[in-house]
Formats: sequence, structure tokens, C-alpha cells
Amino acid sequence: MLIEIKSLTKKYNSFVAADHINLSIKSGEIFGLLGPNGAGKTTTLMMLSTLLKPTTGTAIVNGFDIIKEPSQVRKSIGMVFQEPSSDELLTGYENLKLHTMMFGVPANLREQRIKEGLELVGLTAEKNQLVKKYSGGMRRRLELARGLSHHPKIIFLDEPTLGLDPNAREQIWAYIKKLVKKENVTIIITTHYMDEADRLCDRIAIIDRGKIVAIDSPENLKRKIGGDIIQLKFKGERNLNSLKKLKFVKKIDKFENGAALTVSDASKHLQEILKVIGTVESVEMRTPTLNDVFLHYTGKEYHQNGESPEGGFFEKAMTYRARSK
Amino acid sequence: MSELSGLLAIWEREFRVFLREKSRIFASLLSPLMWLFIFGGGVGSALSTSSFNYQTFIYPGIIVMSCLFTSIFYGAYVIWDKRLDFLKEVIVSPLSRTTIFFGKALGGVTDAIIQASVLVLLGPIFGVHYGWFLIPLYAVLFIMITGLVSIGLIIGSLMESPEGFGLITSLINFPLFFLSGALFPLDNLPSWLKGITLMNPVTYGVDAVRSLMLGTSTFGLFKDVLVLIAFAVIIVVIGAWTFSKMKV
Ligand SMILES: Nc1ncnc2c1ncn2[C@@H]1O[C@H](COP(=O)(O)OP(=O)(O)OP(=O)(O)O)[C@@H](O)[C@H]1O
Ligand SMILES: [Mg+2]
Repeated sequence: MLIEIKSLTKKYNSFVAADHINLSIKSGEIFGLLGPNGAGKTTTLMMLSTLLKPTTGTAIVNGFDIIKEPSQVRKSIGMVFQEPSSDELLTGYENLKLHTMMFGVPANLREQRIKEGLELVGLTAEKNQLVKKYSGGMRRRLELARGLSHHPKIIFLDEPTLGLDPNAREQIWAYIKKLVKKENVTIIITTHYMDEADRLCDRIAIIDRGKIVAIDSPENLKRKIGGDIIQLKFKGERNLNSLKKLKFVKKIDKFENGAALTVSDASKHLQEILKVIGTVESVEMRTPTLNDVFLHYTGKEYHQNGESPEGGFFEKAMTYRARSK
Repeated sequence: MSELSGLLAIWEREFRVFLREKSRIFASLLSPLMWLFIFGGGVGSALSTSSFNYQTFIYPGIIVMSCLFTSIFYGAYVIWDKRLDFLKEVIVSPLSRTTIFFGKALGGVTDAIIQASVLVLLGPIFGVHYGWFLIPLYAVLFIMITGLVSIGLIIGSLMESPEGFGLITSLINFPLFFLSGALFPLDNLPSWLKGITLMNPVTYGVDAVRSLMLGTSTFGLFKDVLVLIAFAVIIVVIGAWTFSKMKV
């Protein structure tokens, strides 16, 4: 295992941002960390990159302990931060130069690496402009090129394609795939784009309130939902409770003007469901996407048995208050 | 070897940024010039010291003041780096914190030396004629500035906001400046005041520069330099240590 995370925990006072995280990541794997805002993704990456000290637990990265051998760990990794981190008063080229010098790229390889990086993200023409004058997406691309330019063995990408246009995103995906194939690089990536995670990741961990709630390949995660999604649109209130009595309805997610049901053998049972719920405006049936998986594990929903909507909301409100302290 | 090129990279970055911020250079020259010509000219016309004209007397002190303010203020850039997350990018590199600290410090020393040089160019106005003394002068400035820049970096590494930094440093700058003998001779001070000035490292910087430029000294150049070296070494060690503990 190239990365072995052992019971990694970070507490801010009494608030637990990362809660006993255990993960093993193989060499050459693209591993996705998904989770709602504040779930603890960045916190986890910051601990893995030795910028943040864990409260308890540790991790082995490329054979080195993040607590005992932080400098060896830093030699093995590249990092693209979630927030802007380039120097605005330097040009794109100068930012890359600075990076390659700090990250120990031998002098005779630097120009080559910088050129490659600029070409990859399509900034060759703008390389001599101050970063101050870059657009948000251009900055993002520069930072991505920078994080890869010293050819690290392991790369942490914290929402790398945030704010990129679809074209740029496709290019970055293609490059990440190529990188993994050619150089056997290992990647941990966080993202809020489910299509991105689906396309790129070999495995995904879904993390919620600091805890890992699911971990598997995208295909398996979708399969584990255990049925298809029937999406209903209707106006006004419907008695969803009567749906709960149907055995094949596994889960009910209520939305503003409709509901999404997870149903085993959906095509067979559609009639029956419609009979119970009455006329609806539209029905859509589909196999689950990663989006559904995400909502399944982290969403606000009516569980089939368990919390009432009020209780659920109240409980959530309380946790939010506890968090914001 | 890679530590060295990392150090050079950080230094080069600071230097480029310095050159690009013209307003920063200009603004920090304004205050020494005002002290020299307005304060010095005004007080000098009302006061006649024995051997020198007052403006000439404070000229070395004002050079040191410029070094002091520029050096300490330099620490504020650490806070800007923190705010932009640029500091994370530096700290996630394999470089040791000590290297990062020295790269930063060297950048600050360069800035302050350049600013001081502009003031040194005014020498002839005050009857200072250039000669070999420039070499020990720059050595003295280098040692003193290294200590002062480190103070700035220490404060910058501990603070989160530029406002807090400004508050703390103004509490430090002015006592260091006013209690240094930059503006008045130390010989006739009441003993309690003199006691305080003797504990101020900047006092020895002023004395050394005055001794090299005007040939008059309270403590003697040798003692000045010893004190400055001790000061710089202690603060640099503390600085490197604070950087190694710095959270981002
Ligand atoms: N320095 C800090 N002090 C206190 N709480 C913090 C600190 N840094 C982060 N947190 C809290 O830890 C939790 C996890 O934050 P983190 O940045 O890891 O979330 P994330 O999963 O990356 O979210 P996002 O998708 O919004 O980037 C959040 O609730 C945040 O408020
Ligand atoms: Mg985050």
C-alpha cells in the first residue's frame, strides 16, 4: 500500500473535523474523496501533506510516517490547494520557476518541465503575464501545472477543476489519466463534481462529518444502492407514508415538488407506486448515478424506518449549531 | 544543494516582488526624508550642537531608522502570504523551515539595504565624503538589518491579521527609534533614560554608523559591532525556531 491512513483524527477544540479515518490506497490508483462542505476532506489532505498535525492517529505516505518523517513525505508529494496559492506579483512562468527550484527539480530539467506544464494547461501565451491579471480559471490551471511540475509520486488535488470550463476540465482529466498510466502516479482527489469522480476515480470514499460512510468503486457504490431511482414530480403534499409500507421501496427522498424513490425491480413496481401516490406530473426512471449515491449517504432524507422529518430536521439544526461553535 | 537553490528561489521571489512594488519603495523613503529635512532642518535652526550641525548629527540615525522601519515592516508580507495560501505552497515544499526562514530574511535584508543605500547617496549634502569606510558600513548595516528583519518575521509568523501586525510593530518601532540616540546625543541623558537606551540594540547600530560616517562614537566601533552580532545571532536563532513552529 502506498498510502496507509490509520485512525487519522483532527479535533478543533471539541469539534471533530476528521474522525478516525482509515484508508489504504494502492500505487497507481486514482482515489476520490467526496463529501458535503465541511465534511473534512481538506483537513484530511492537509494532514497527509504534513501541513496539519493530527490530533491522534497517523498515516504512512510512500513508506514514511507523516508525523515522524514529514520532510520525507513532502519529498514524495505534490499538492494543489483548494484556495488560490500563487504569487500574484509574479508571472505564471516565474511561479513555476520558483516552484521547481523549491521542489528540487535539477537545474537542467527546469525549463523543460516549465514548458511542459504551460503547454498542458494552455498558458504558454500568457506565461509572462502577472498572475494578478489571470482569470480565476487560468490561475487554477497554473496551480495544477505547478503541482505536477516536479513529477511527484503522489499527488493530492483539492478540488482541482473548481471553476474550470468544460473544455479545460476534459483536458485535465485526460492528462491525469495519462499521468497515472505513464508514470504510475497515485492521486487523491476531492471534488464536488460527481461526473468527474465517476470518470476519473478507481475508488471513492464518501466522507460525512469527518467519518467515512462508504468506500468502493463507483460501479459498486451505484450497485449497492440496491435498485433503480424513480423520480416523481407533483404539486402539493402527498402521503408518502403509505409508500413506506411497500416492501420494494427502499428509500424515499422528498424534494420540494416531488420525491425520488429507490425501488428494487422498479419497472415491475411502477404501476403500484403510482396507484398509491395518485396522479403525478411526470415520472422518470433511471439507474442510479453517483449523484444518487452521494445523496443516499449524505443527503437530508426521510429514512424508511427511523427519524420523522421534524426530528431529522431538528437533529440536523442542532448539529449545525454545534459545528458552527 | 536543493536547499540552496530553494533558498535562492525564495530570495529571488522577494526581490522581484520588491522591485514590482514601486509605491512600497517610494513610501518608505518618504518618512526618512521628512525626518532629515523637515525635522532636522527645523530643530537644527533652533539648536546649535557643539561640533556638528544638527542635520548632520541625525543623518546616520535616520539611515538606521529607515533600516529599522523597513526591516520590521517586512514581516507583514508573511501575513499576506498566509492570507493567499502562498505560504502553504512554500511550506509544503521539501525545504526545511530554516531554509525558508533564511530565504525570507535575505529578501528583507536586500530590501532594507537598497533603501538605506538611497539615503547613503545623500552623504555629500551632509559633508560625508565617501571612502573605504563604506565597506565596514555595509557590514554593520547587514548585521543590524539581519536582526531587525528577523524580528519582523517573528512577529509576522505569529500574527494572523495585518491590522494586528501594524499595532504590535508600532509599539516596537517607536521606542526602538526614539530610545536609540538617533535624534540626540546619549552623553547628557538622565541615568534612567540612558539605562534604557543601553538595552536597545538599535543604539549600537546608530553609534556604529555615526562612528563610521562622522568619526564620533560613544561606545567605540568594536563594542558596537560585538553587540550587534550578538543581537543578530540571538534573534536569527529565535526566528528560525518560530518559523519551524509556524502554523499555516
Ligand atoms: N482552523 C480551524 N478551526 C476550527 N475549525 C476548522 C478549522 N479548519 C477547518 N475547520 C472545520 O473543520 C471542518 C472540515 O473542514 P474542511 O475544510 O476539511 O472541509 P471540506 O470537506 O474540505 O469542505 P469543502 O467541501 O467546503 O472544501 C469544517 O466544519 C470546518 O469548519
Ligand atoms: Mg475543502
